[in-house]
Amino acid sequence: MTAPATQPPVTKAALPGQRGGGRGGPGRRDGMEGKTLNAFSHGFLVLWAIMIVLPLFWILLGNFKTDSQIKSSAWTWPTEWTFDAFQRGWEKGVGDYLLNTLIVMIFSVPLTMLLGAMAAYVLARYEFVGNRFLYYFFVAGSMFPVFLALVPLYFMVDRLGMLNTYQGLILVYVAYSLPFTVFYLYSFFRTLPTAVHEAAVIDGASHTRVFFQIMVPMAKPGLISVGIFNVLGQWNQYILPLTLMQKQSGGDADRSMLAQGLVSLMNQGNYETDLPALYAGMTISMIPVFVVYVSFQRQVQSGLTVATLK
Amino acid sequence: MHRKKYPFIVGFLVLPVGLYLLLVIWPYIQTISYSFTDWSGASQNFGFVGFDNYKDLADDDVFLKALRHNALLLVLVPTLTILLSLFFAFMVNVGGRGGAGGVSGVKGSGFYRIVFFFPQVLSVAILAILFKAVYRGDDSGLINGSLQAVGLGDKNNPTEWLNDPDLVLWCIVFVMIWAGAGFYMVLFSAAMQSIPKDIYEAALLDGAGRVQTFFRVTLPLLWETIQTAWVFLAILSMDAFLLISTLTSQDFGGGPDHSSEVISTYLMRNFQTYSKSGYACAMGVVMLLLTLIVSIVTLRLSRRERIEY
Repeated sequence: MTAPATQPPVTKAALPGQRGGGRGGPGRRDGMEGKTLNAFSHGFLVLWAIMIVLPLFWILLGNFKTDSQIKSSAWTWPTEWTFDAFQRGWEKGVGDYLLNTLIVMIFSVPLTMLLGAMAAYVLARYEFVGNRFLYYFFVAGSMFPVFLALVPLYFMVDRLGMLNTYQGLILVYVAYSLPFTVFYLYSFFRTLPTAVHEAAVIDGASHTRVFFQIMVPMAKPGLISVGIFNVLGQWNQYILPLTLMQKQSGGDADRSMLAQGLVSLMNQGNYETDLPALYAGMTISMIPVFVVYVSFQRQVQSGLTVATLK
Repeated sequence: MHRKKYPFIVGFLVLPVGLYLLLVIWPYIQTISYSFTDWSGASQNFGFVGFDNYKDLADDDVFLKALRHNALLLVLVPTLTILLSLFFAFMVNVGGRGGAGGVSGVKGSGFYRIVFFFPQVLSVAILAILFKAVYRGDDSGLINGSLQAVGLGDKNNPTEWLNDPDLVLWCIVFVMIWAGAGFYMVLFSAAMQSIPKDIYEAALLDGAGRVQTFFRVTLPLLWETIQTAWVFLAILSMDAFLLISTLTSQDFGGGPDHSSEVISTYLMRNFQTYSKSGYACAMGVVMLLLTLIVSIVTLRLSRRERIEY
């Protein structure tokens, strides 16, 4: 198990051939082959990049079109560059959904980090009976689709009286984020040196104090990586809120999360008449993801890679 | 040194473990036990019916159709995604103009890595809205509109991508590959980079071409990663609920006429619309078993000697 955050920057290592140009090439054959291959590979890569970017860009343009422009033809260009669609989308519920999502995540992300770090720390650095078992027990949770637990989970949350409440969703988010968080931080805590820890204990620091004042600051890079991952994951969560944040009666407040709210807006017949507003809502929910991803893309990529490779 | 060690351990573990047990593990276990009941979900009254739910499943045409679709996804999505992403990873890492005897990636490989990976961080809800627009049935959809712009589409009879029973499942397969290929490219890239450069250089010096290098060096050394990817993609295509339920017609998706039905969409409809919770749980158990079987078979079949380098 390797410590993910210390992986070398990917882009540099991807160009191994560029070191030392002194050595003679293996002959013309390779040069020719290299050239054709280069054009060939560029062609495919560019094509796929277009296939990723074009639909997204097309949707962004949709924010500025009128509804009838969107519905008449795919290849229209916006005539007026106004932000009206954002305002309409915001008023049609996107603002509330955004607020709901933020309320839940303000609690769920730090709580996930705290509980995940506590469990990972104890499992990684203390020997006790059942230590390995508990670790695998946590890791196993990430192997099964959430889907399988949905029916009983719904009734469990119902029995706790927490359907359609923020608290209920916060606890569920934390519970379902724990496997990955524990798994990731476990390997991180294992790599930290023991000397500092021992010195602190000799100086009379309690275990709890050692954790909060020494280990947590030292594990900061790992905490940041897994934190970003949890932010993205919980921001994009769909199935859990869909099941647990349904209005139980007509008078209930709509506590939909952003992703869930957007889909229900999409499915509402009357909303069909205002596609620009729907696209604006989509843009609003995509911007934070985009910013987080581009700023931390290395951590995001290595985090997910580690999650898969173990 | 071991002063108050156990109270500390227990204190730190009790909350995370408790929460995890209550909300994750216990529901998983309950799914299994509920699958043997005729529970409707509305009340807590239900009777034990043994394997009746499972027997009903074997006679349920919609379920069998869903099972077949799952099997199709299970073969197609991992195969296509892995082939495509392997190809991309190879291009990005060694497809570039050969430097002085070395192996190099194409220019801008960092850029491709960022762009290709982006769909992976988007939520399925966003994918749904995006592809609903892309696949729209009239010429305002991106695909239909583009086809017509280049003179390929029939303006009077445009393709209803998501409402055509023959096409809908393929459209879903495409979205899954679109969203996943970049992630697996990054995964394979990471694995390729851990292969020592000397091996490539030695192969090239010995006169091996790039294609040969790929099949003789890269692929065997990547085997374990590919295997892991396969298992993950299989689990992913076993689920597929979110995409299908949001993109296709009918309650919880699966339309038109069950032509894109998968177990998860049918499960959800039985649970929420038909109030057949026990039956739905039985489907969950079948899914769980299938997932386990696929994982075990994949890991067994592809087991090879571990190559040390």
